[in-house]
Amino acid sequence: MVRTGTNVKPKKKKSKFRKEDLPLYVMASPTLVYLLIFSYAPMCGLIMAFQNFNIQKGIFRSPLVGFKNFEFLFTTSDAWIITRNTVCYNVVFIIVNLIISVSLALMLSNLRSGLYAKTMQTIYMMPYFLSYAVVAIIVNAFLHRDHGVVNSILRSLGQPGKTNWYHQIKIWPPLLVFVNAWKHVGYQTVLYLAVISSISVDYYEAAVLDGATKWQQARYITIPHLRYIIGISLILSMSSIFRGDFGLFYTVTMNSGMIYPVTDVIDTYIYRALTYLNNVGMSTAAGFYQSIVGFFLVLIVNSIVNKIDPDSAMF
Amino acid sequence: MANEVKHVNKLTMLSKGWNAVFMVILFIVALLVLIPMLLVIIVSFSSEMSIADNGYSFFPSEWTLDGYKYLFKTGDQLLDSYIVTIFHSLTGTLMSLTVMTMFAYVIAQKSFRHCKLFTWILFFTMLFSGGLVPSYILNVRYLHINNTIWIFLLPSLVNAYYTIILRTFIRTTIPDTLFEAARIDGAGHFRIYASIVLPLFKTGIATVGLFSMVSRWNDWFTGMLYIQNPKLVPLQTLLTKIQNTIDFLKQNAAIAGTPDGVTFLRQLPDENMRMACTMMVVLPILFAYPFFQRYFVQGLTVGSIKG
Repeated sequence: MVRTGTNVKPKKKKSKFRKEDLPLYVMASPTLVYLLIFSYAPMCGLIMAFQNFNIQKGIFRSPLVGFKNFEFLFTTSDAWIITRNTVCYNVVFIIVNLIISVSLALMLSNLRSGLYAKTMQTIYMMPYFLSYAVVAIIVNAFLHRDHGVVNSILRSLGQPGKTNWYHQIKIWPPLLVFVNAWKHVGYQTVLYLAVISSISVDYYEAAVLDGATKWQQARYITIPHLRYIIGISLILSMSSIFRGDFGLFYTVTMNSGMIYPVTDVIDTYIYRALTYLNNVGMSTAAGFYQSIVGFFLVLIVNSIVNKIDPDSAMF
Repeated sequence: MANEVKHVNKLTMLSKGWNAVFMVILFIVALLVLIPMLLVIIVSFSSEMSIADNGYSFFPSEWTLDGYKYLFKTGDQLLDSYIVTIFHSLTGTLMSLTVMTMFAYVIAQKSFRHCKLFTWILFFTMLFSGGLVPSYILNVRYLHINNTIWIFLLPSLVNAYYTIILRTFIRTTIPDTLFEAARIDGAGHFRIYASIVLPLFKTGIATVGLFSMVSRWNDWFTGMLYIQNPKLVPLQTLLTKIQNTIDFLKQNAAIAGTPDGVTFLRQLPDENMRMACTMMVVLPILFAYPFFQRYFVQGLTVGSIKG
């Protein structure tokens, strides 16, 4: 393992190899080997998207079938539905979370009591540490058909209260946006708050001397300072716009089939194609589609950002 | 920094009215965050009778410790799951940190001739990946690490994002001149890494270590996809399993309605036990987190610096 690092690489430009660099190759080798096996080998495994994969024959001997798997995927309406759901939910998540967390951070940073702000911050971040397994149980405690809080309240209002919420398509889009915000807003708020507290006091002093109101300070000092970090996190989230949050869309919805039209995203589709249908070819094809489109999206977003504001670009 | 903040507040103090309005809004948001979690706590202490009568309620008619008692009496599976989860969270984090800090040290060396190349090899995996299925086939068909403890340790060994954060930490906290001075004094890279870098950047390691530990503790997906052996089911997966099994059996038993089904259902874990189990999964992290909050905030900020 170590030898590949030290022997192969220097051969190309032998003159530049320095002996004291040897430890660097040794230190890098575990990660390089890891990346080769667990990151780059699966990339080559995408070839399965073009195979009629058979687990006995394995990847080297399964027959190639060209674009059959893709035809199968794209001739149904599934491909369109999962793409629409994945992208739309992510766009809404990004916008909603950004608005809420920037507003919360602005409010927190202006409070008179630091202790109050600190306490709120600690509370807001709690859901970030819960897994979706736990979040799903919490949501279920509200929506459960027999014991759930929502149906209990409906019953106490004289309604029948027998609705199975896991069959109701209408409630899920707003509910998923809420659950996602509930889990992630705290984290982002804390991030923006950290940036705000690092803004130099001088700006605010100067603004006060010039008679700026609190709103003007927020508008002309704080928000412009947040632009860079908002840009970075927007780019990062844009680059994963083609990835659905599996935990949210699978466990929180209890994988309920009735609501797939509004809850099925690319990731849940791949998982079900793999585990329920055992269709390795098609699930890899869906994964291939996700990886390729996602990759080009990152490149496009990054080159646009590079044109507008090179400092915020990723690479 | 605390002083600065105070200073700003004094200078540009928010008017009392707006301060009150903000406090109320922020308090309502805090309630929205806390109430769902509070419900789980209350249900875990509610008696079965009260759940059967009023459903999950914030005001149960009867309080009890039965959920927890029952959980600990029949808790062999819970104990196994605790052991697996604690073991793989700790070991996995230690292994990851060792491997990642070494690589971060290498790509933090601007003078190293493969610095750019190695960074790109790492960074590219953040942009493009084979996805779930090829990894699954690799782990199951070729590496045969499914249903073993290795599935928790190996595939998650290196996280590209954390490694880049670690590199940024090294670059921003340790000045280049310090490296050069050590080189001139004849220290090799191993020596510099072990006796200068590691001690100087404890905060960076703590930050990434905590993030890594939390995500391992919260991982339910690996267990669901790869583990059949009950001895190796981690806590979070156990939780989803309990949830799904109860719902599945209840629906089926209702259809069948056989006497056998009814007796079987009686022996099933109760609703309050399910919530008690949830509490046992969540508590360690929620208790530990306020103490480590400082590190998380730091990690968030450094993570957003472009390196």
